[in-house]
Amino acid sequence: MKLELRGISKAFGTFYANKGIDLVVDDAEIHCLLGENGAGKSTLMNVLYGLYQPTEGQILVDDQVVDFSGPGDAMAAGIGMVHQHFMLIPVFTVAENVALGAESTKAGGRLDLETTRRKIREISAKYGFDVDPDALVEDLPVGVQQRVEIIKALVRRARVLILDEPTAVLTPQETDELLDIMRQLKANGTSIVFISHKLREVKAVSDQITVIRRGEVVGTVSPQADTTELASMMVGRSVSLSLNKEPATPGEATFQVRDLSVIDEAGTRVLNEVSFDIHRGEILAVAGVQGNGQTELTEAILGTQPVSGGSVQLEGKELLGRSVKQVLAAGVGFVPEDRSVHGLVSQFSIEENLILDLYDRAPFAKGLSMNLAQVRKNAAEQIERFDVRTDNALNPASSLSGGNQQKVVMARELGRELKLFIASQPTRGVDVGSIEFLHRRIVAERDTGTPVMIVSTELDEVIELADRIAVLYKGSIIGIVPADTPRDVLGLMMAGVSADEAAAQHKNQGEGQ
Amino acid sequence: MTQPAVLPTTVVAHSVGKKVPLTLSIFAAIVLVCFGALGSTASAHFGLSSAGDAFTLPELVLPGRISNLIIGLFMAGIAALAWVRRNQARPLGRGWIIAFAALFVLSFLIWVVSGARTPSISLAGLLAGAAVLAVPLVFGSLSGIMCERAGVVNIAIEGQLLGGAFTAALVGSMTQNAYLGLIAAGVAGALVSLVLALFSIKYVVNQIIVGVVLNVLVSGLTGFLFTTVMQADAELYNNPPRLPIIEIPGLSAIPILGPILFKQSVIGYLMYIAVAVVWYALFKTRWGLRVRAVGEHPKAADTLGIKVNATRFWNVTLGGIIAGIGGSFFTLVAVESFTKEISGGRGFIALAAVIFGRWNPIGAFLAALLFGFADNLQVILTIIGTPVPSQFMAMMPYLVTIFAVAGLVGRSRGPAAVGEPYLKE
Repeated sequence: MKLELRGISKAFGTFYANKGIDLVVDDAEIHCLLGENGAGKSTLMNVLYGLYQPTEGQILVDDQVVDFSGPGDAMAAGIGMVHQHFMLIPVFTVAENVALGAESTKAGGRLDLETTRRKIREISAKYGFDVDPDALVEDLPVGVQQRVEIIKALVRRARVLILDEPTAVLTPQETDELLDIMRQLKANGTSIVFISHKLREVKAVSDQITVIRRGEVVGTVSPQADTTELASMMVGRSVSLSLNKEPATPGEATFQVRDLSVIDEAGTRVLNEVSFDIHRGEILAVAGVQGNGQTELTEAILGTQPVSGGSVQLEGKELLGRSVKQVLAAGVGFVPEDRSVHGLVSQFSIEENLILDLYDRAPFAKGLSMNLAQVRKNAAEQIERFDVRTDNALNPASSLSGGNQQKVVMARELGRELKLFIASQPTRGVDVGSIEFLHRRIVAERDTGTPVMIVSTELDEVIELADRIAVLYKGSIIGIVPADTPRDVLGLMMAGVSADEAAAQHKNQGEGQ
Repeated sequence: MTQPAVLPTTVVAHSVGKKVPLTLSIFAAIVLVCFGALGSTASAHFGLSSAGDAFTLPELVLPGRISNLIIGLFMAGIAALAWVRRNQARPLGRGWIIAFAALFVLSFLIWVVSGARTPSISLAGLLAGAAVLAVPLVFGSLSGIMCERAGVVNIAIEGQLLGGAFTAALVGSMTQNAYLGLIAAGVAGALVSLVLALFSIKYVVNQIIVGVVLNVLVSGLTGFLFTTVMQADAELYNNPPRLPIIEIPGLSAIPILGPILFKQSVIGYLMYIAVAVVWYALFKTRWGLRVRAVGEHPKAADTLGIKVNATRFWNVTLGGIIAGIGGSFFTLVAVESFTKEISGGRGFIALAAVIFGRWNPIGAFLAALLFGFADNLQVILTIIGTPVPSQFMAMMPYLVTIFAVAGLVGRSRGPAAVGEPYLKE
């Protein structure tokens, strides 16, 4: 099916999320929408799927102008969408989820799930999905849930499938499987709109790449285009993608975690006897697919997550059992994974956010009152030092872009003398230009001799920054490996394969070729 | 290529707490000591037949102390099993806990009856009465389920019941037709619901606040109209005819079950039909699947072309009709006139039945029966004169509610999106 968008604009108030976008997706083509977070990709797809009404412009399906008043119309026209956050009902079975909205019924309005089960089995067999129609969705791994979403679209006879950031939640192996599925779908005549900001995947699978920046189309290129060129199109200026950091010169291991365990409210062991050391002047990156205990690990160290056992020592002093304030006072700098919720108070001004942890001590505090002159001076210095793009330090933090918000958080945490620096997802949702800047800052902190722990679900970032890599899987550390470990090996470890086994498999594959 | 050797997942031990075995041990001890060793030696007499039965079952006579000691030993056995299971890190099955609760209720009955001035009650009458008292609770909880399954919190059940009771009395009196009163009660319940739906869905006001305000509003409004209109001319405005009790010949003469199932008012029969219909509709039909989807994950339902807010609107309205009909029970069946606050907090007990019954019509029905049983028991026990002061007896339905919801249900999971308004960006 051929799909065409002509001059699509979508405005929220005075802000244009999309402006005059033209896009043509040919029959049986994998067309990639490449752009940074916030570039307007998802908005555009929500317009296409009927969730938003375009402010201007037309949608054409097989050269006929169509008008979608809701997702129902889009589905009827043969458009299916797999949302970034799955639209599945956790307590329903696979069959119920697939049937929902397009149910077949027997006499008396009785649900006929047997027909749905049959369709699910047919599609599963055709594409090699291993999906049990009667499994509860909440019990399924994320990768399988994604297949349920794809089945949902195929049962509705989708001929164009929109995949919105489908690889964000997958391991590298699952990502490869998904790319294979996409090729298979294409071979069967389904067109795919693939939304991503990961250049490698995009180049691997696309027939055409349309780059979007700030709601506008920058250009359409072929996947043979150079990676640096694509990145520059995405960002709007030339960027250097590699960090070229100096090798680490590790000192003594001043940060030691031993047998740290966390049991959550449901009684599940979400962190299982985790032990590792970080030396002065080195970066340990914790890799792993989202939800394998990363949040619990960092929050346990900070003191916001109750632990069930273990010890965390910084320069010989126990951190567990201390209040967050004491932990921070012990010299821990902490960048939380979700800056807008835990890193900043969005309504507070930038200068206030820059002293959130220091407001009660000199030079910012003077008895019961605050020394506003010092607060202002500090803000001016930090904004300068971290290149925060704002015209006024009194603007609320929420007025900043994601990258600049993260710079504020980093500036605050790196602004004092540290004995340990922890950053969770330091560049999530940050534009490529700022990523480079933030990475350099982290490496600079390492070079002053601070032990640094980075937690990231982006393998690229892990490889870029790490001096050593620890892989978390289901709350346990699968292994701690050197930074030059091949991607494939890391990918297997992220799926729970031990380091030795993963290395052996990698070697076998290498010899087989 | 070799298959990836995935490491065995660490066996996730769900921590089994001490709470359950400890609670069971305490209750077993209460039965053994208070109801058994310290209980009356007199026998408790339980009548199993009522007038009009096809054949008469013999009276059940249980010696107080001995029976309770035996029951206590059984309960101690279940408590011991709970400790063993805890050490094996396995939870005790639901069946055991239900059996334990039933044994406790039985031993309590034997204890109070054997110690009473007249140590005899009619078990058949107790159960039949429980089923009758459960009627408004069942209708109320069905209303709650209809709303909450679609994602709207319905605290206004009390107001819907009260509105139904008032309107049934008024319209029934003026037309001298109980069936018109019944229909009018449904309309009144729907009107209360419409206000709830309008404010909570369209204007996105906090659903709990709207519900509470509605309860106060209906209470004030009916109270005002009662004093100004009904009491001014009670003959004309507060004199509804009663709905007749319809006996199904033959079936109603079955001992114990007959009066419960086949000797009911129209509302009583409607209750059984409503439970069955709502259950079937929610869990077996396309409509039900969509309603539940809206209550669990409205955005997902929206992306599949289901109209979330329209579904919620209709469900809340339907719920109101059901609760309104339930409210007419007070004035068309139970007594033959309206008084202020006649629903007496039963809307809130119905809300507890929704949770205790895990948002399932059949579960809520059974929970309502339990609460009705406790209600009826306190009435009967007060009459026969028990060692327990009647004021404490009057607390029993509410105590049972608290223990049932807090203790037996534990953390039950309702529809995920309940109470959250759905707004399109």
